[in-house]
Order: sequence, then C-alpha cells, then structure tokens
Amino acid sequence: MSTRNWILGGILFVAIAVVMLRVPGRTAAGPSSAATVKIDNFSFTPSTLTVKAGTQITWTNGDDIPHTVVSDDQTFKSNVLDTDEEFTLTASKPGTYPYFCSIHPKMKGKLVVE
Amino acid sequence: MAAQKDKDTIRIDHNHDGLDRRGFLKCMAWAGTGALCVLQGGVLKSYSLSDAAGVEKAARGGLSFVQISDSHMGFNKPANTDVTSTLQAAVNKINALPVAPEFILHTGDISHLSKAQEFDTVDQVLKSARPKDVFFVPGEHDVLEDEGQQYRERYGKNTKGSGWYSFDKKGVHFIGLVNVMNLKAGGMGALGAEQLKWLEDDTKQLSKSAPLVVFAHIPLWNVYPDWGWGTEDSAQALSQLKRFGSVTVLNGHIHQTMQKVEGNVTFHTATSTAFPQPHPGAAPSPGPMKVPAEQLRSLLGVSEVTYKRGHHPLALIDSTLE
Repeated sequence: MSTRNWILGGILFVAIAVVMLRVPGRTAAGPSSAATVKIDNFSFTPSTLTVKAGTQITWTNGDDIPHTVVSDDQTFKSNVLDTDEEFTLTASKPGTYPYFCSIHPKMKGKLVVE
Repeated sequence: MAAQKDKDTIRIDHNHDGLDRRGFLKCMAWAGTGALCVLQGGVLKSYSLSDAAGVEKAARGGLSFVQISDSHMGFNKPANTDVTSTLQAAVNKINALPVAPEFILHTGDISHLSKAQEFDTVDQVLKSARPKDVFFVPGEHDVLEDEGQQYRERYGKNTKGSGWYSFDKKGVHFIGLVNVMNLKAGGMGALGAEQLKWLEDDTKQLSKSAPLVVFAHIPLWNVYPDWGWGTEDSAQALSQLKRFGSVTVLNGHIHQTMQKVEGNVTFHTATSTAFPQPHPGAAPSPGPMKVPAEQLRSLLGVSEVTYKRGHHPLALIDSTLE
C-alpha cells in the first residue's frame, strides 16, 4: 500500500483509540454506587460495611421474623422490615455509624462512610 | 404433706415445697398426733383430722388463673401458617380445664407487627374464653413504631408509664411490668429507673407474707443473654422483692417452658400459642422453629397457675395443645 494509506490508517487508529479511552468503560475503576447488607439468622452481613459517601445501601431481611435498622445515634431509622422487605439509605456524610435492630437489640452492625 | 414419719430424717423436697426444715419438723410431730399441718400466711397451723370444717376453711380462698403468651397474631410463615387457629385451640384448652380459671394473664407479643387488625383478631378469639378478664403486658412486637401508644390505648388503661400496673385478687398481689421499651444497642430487656421506683412504692406497704405474682414479657432472669433472653436491670427489681415469702415470676418471649427456683422466687416461662423457638444455643438464632406439622401443637400451650392459701410456691401446670 502507499505511504499515504498507511498514514491515514495510523491517524484513524489513533482517533479510534482516543475515542475508546475517553468512553467510560465497564472496567473503569471508580467507586461502586450500591452496596447491600443481608439480614439473616438475627445478624447483619457484612457486620461492618465500608462505603464511599454517596453510596446507596440496601438492607434486605431474609429472616422469618421482622427486624429494624436503627443507628445508635438515631440518624437513620428504618420502618419495621418483615421477611423480604428492604431498607435503603444513601450514605452522604462520612463517619462511623454503629447500628442495631431495635426489636432484637443484641443484633449489631457498623456502617463506615468514607 | 408427703412427710416421712421418721423423726430423724426429713425426706421432703425442700426446693419443691419452699418450706423450711424447722417448720416441717414441727409439722411431723403434730402429724404424729393425728393433726393436719397447714402453712397459712407463714405461720404453721394445725387442725385435727376430724375438724373437717377447719380443713376446708384452709383450702378455701384459693385462686386459679391461666397464663398464655406470644400469640403473634399476624405471623404467617412456615413455622405456623395459622396462628389464629392455634390461639383458638389454646382458648378451647382453657375452657376445658377442670378448675375454671378466674382470669387470663397474657405475657405479651399479642400481635406480630403491632397492627390494628392483629390486635382485633386476638380480642375476637379471646371473647370465646370463659374467663372474661384478661390482663396483658406488651411484648416487643406490640410496641413497634409508635412507642406502644396503640397497645396502651387497647390494654393499658389505668397503667403507668409505658404500661406497668398492679392489682389484687384474693390476697395475691399481681404486678405487670414492661421490659420491652427503649432497648439499648447490644442489650437485653430493660425496666428503667422510673418503673423500678414505681415498683418500690407499689410494694412498700405490703406485708412480706403477701404472695406476689410478677409478670413481664422478657424473662426477668438470664435465660440466655447471647439471644437477648434476659433483663438488664431485673436484679434491682428482684432485690426489692427479696423480703417477700412467695414470689412467682411469669414470663414469655422464649416460646418454651422453663422454670427456676431461687429461694422464695419461682420463675416460669410459658410456651407460645403461635410457634416454638429453639432451646438456648441449639440453633444459630432464636427465630421461629419449623417442626413437622403433626408436632406443632405439642410445642404450644397454656399454663394453669393455682394459689392455695398457705401454700408456696404456687402450683404451675403447663399443658400443650395436643
């Protein structure tokens, strides 16, 4: 092929490469925007959850008995969650938030917002 | 009075009867002369066996009531998909008791989710019970989301604070306590300072020979702290009641019968009328325990409590639904 074709091909390759690198990819290493906590056997799993501010956290009750999610300092408080019901919270303010189930206060968990 | 006539040996189960050795020695001497020994108000009285009227008088003035617990109206998971019919079976059991109970004590978790229709259904079922008087204390499932306001409107008229109260029946003093409010993270049941102060005032004027029945939802002794089966400040309540010669503590919450005797205090927990729970530590958590359908009713039941004047402890008979 002629040199001109090689140069055009090269420019095209670079242009495509630039476009591809600028498109946010599936594999981009940014913060995850959602996290989950499972409630099973009267415990929160994971018992300590660390997330970046702005993450949406969902607690799901898998027990045959209702539970609640209440922070020790009362900054967040779910309704009563029956089996399969969920509580969603967007963690906005950085800090450490110990929480518990107000019906079964021995059940404890910790939310860490970075 | 199953006493042995042997003068040197007392073969009476001391803990079971709660009577002291000296009392029984006296009693046996009298029995040798054909007398009947009855403990009345902490004092031994003797009646000759021919004094039928005297014996009858001693037995009269008895009191019989029934404890039910944890009806969890509204629960509908596999452990029991029909808690209404098992509650009705419990009421039928009560109605079939040979000695008609004078009233019912419900030690809480009346409802499962504190919903109006759940309380309504329990009230409806209890209408078919022969004893028309029902006394309640709330469980943690009865005070969800409204700090117990609905509970108190329905069952807590003339109660104090979050729903505690006392009343008297035939010389027995009944005290209903609330230990399911304002629970702290990592803790168990709690009575709180205000209620403890009220308890002190309530029992201040009582004679130490007055029999007490204390009822509350969560056990007032540490059945199993890991599962929250205990009350943080119950020791304070119990030390206030130390001077009384006969204290019976009736609780629920753990959905199985358990009994403990400590000095003059008999502790008893009732089964649920809804679903059983595992024995302490026998499962990963204290949730509803599924059993084969044909076994369910053998793990649910009612407890009959009888006070015979002069007898301590009160007689407790647990009956299962089947």
